[in-house]
Amino acid sequence: MTRGFEIPGGAADSLRLRRHRALTLTCLGDGANVSMLIYAADNPLDRLNIPDTLKAQMSARIAAPMVLMSDMGRALASVTGSSLDWHDAITGHSLEVHIEQRHGASSYAAHGNGWRRSARAGLLDELWKHGLGARDLHASINWFTKVAPAADARGTLAFVPGHAVAGDWVTLRAEQDLLVVLSTSPHPLDPAEGWRPAGVSVRAQEVAAPGGDDASRTFRAESARALAVTEGSLL
Amino acid sequence: MTKTELLFDLTVAAGDGWIGEIPIGGAVRITDLEGNQAADTLFYDARDYANRYSAVDTIREQGAVYLTTGSVLRTVNAEALATIVEDTCGRHDTIGGACSQESNVVRYGGHTRYQHACRATFLRQAIEWGRGLEKRDLTHNVNFFMNVPLTPQGGLTFADGVSAPGKYVELRAERDLLVLVSNCPQLNNPCNGYNPTPIQLTGWAAP
Repeated sequence: MTRGFEIPGGAADSLRLRRHRALTLTCLGDGANVSMLIYAADNPLDRLNIPDTLKAQMSARIAAPMVLMSDMGRALASVTGSSLDWHDAITGHSLEVHIEQRHGASSYAAHGNGWRRSARAGLLDELWKHGLGARDLHASINWFTKVAPAADARGTLAFVPGHAVAGDWVTLRAEQDLLVVLSTSPHPLDPAEGWRPAGVSVRAQEVAAPGGDDASRTFRAESARALAVTEGSLL
Repeated sequence: MTKTELLFDLTVAAGDGWIGEIPIGGAVRITDLEGNQAADTLFYDARDYANRYSAVDTIREQGAVYLTTGSVLRTVNAEALATIVEDTCGRHDTIGGACSQESNVVRYGGHTRYQHACRATFLRQAIEWGRGLEKRDLTHNVNFFMNVPLTPQGGLTFADGVSAPGKYVELRAERDLLVLVSNCPQLNNPCNGYNPTPIQLTGWAAP
């Protein structure tokens, strides 16, 4: 069974994703960005931990077949596939100040439902619906965005324009029941002029549990151990 | 910077922690007494703990991955918390996060489950501080004296330390700060040279 819907650009949403269901996000326009927070549904104190995810898998970016790891050493989800090999997780999501500086002040009174809202505003609106809030923010994944470090002494960062185009996609398989919070507001480093944030389609589908030869499990010993902890077969 | 009233001058043993306040305009110096010792550190607005250090907002606003002299440590609202005003080490990490018992299991195997780890130290210090800080307030930290190089190809490694005995980093408080330190007990990677050692913390009031 497949269920799906579309989120317009510049909006936010939250959803429950059951274990062993796959969530596919597909860009509906060029230059899309989806800033995402992930929590364990049964204990939101256990949430996506980007430093743990990156260091365990020796990566500065999110890409298939990495396992997205929680604060307490569990596999939350696996990136089972993507048309892109780089999704940002080290530069955060847009704040009100970024949107206002680039696109000007905005409000419902002035712009109606075209009100230009930051990722932070949208993510907080959704977190509050679940009894969570600012203290529960963690480093977001910014799907479809690439910000690459240079090899210089400072590790100078550069936003890569044109990284994602319409049709680019990523699929996550939930390894436990999740609360997923997401915003389609632009990335704060995106230099694009004009407020034309791209929307995404969201599709959820039941999938098989990862087998012994699953690409996320065989990726690294660390990825396998995170899956094993979640499955209860280690500790 | 010009030194004024000494607020504290203490040694944090390997694997121990510290929590305390630095007033706006004051300074804190962290000294790597014996070299190659990671000092895992969190910062909070002392008047509003939700306005806390954010590694990703700090990295984005300075347009660079590593922390050194001139780096402004920023909150989750991109407000200035502290500025690095002196740095004899030259590079500090804020992407690698802190070790935990659970992440040690993932990284190194089940035999590390009962080894001591930074996030237990953070949590114990936070709870014992007794002013409402709890697990949800523990965010991605700074690792002073730790070297985690990133590559343009997207690689990340925990490399040998760039620090040495007596190297120090000094920060000026841009608002009233709460500082939470775990002197890292990690034994499974080079972040402490496989030999955790003490650090010195020195705090001064505003000039």
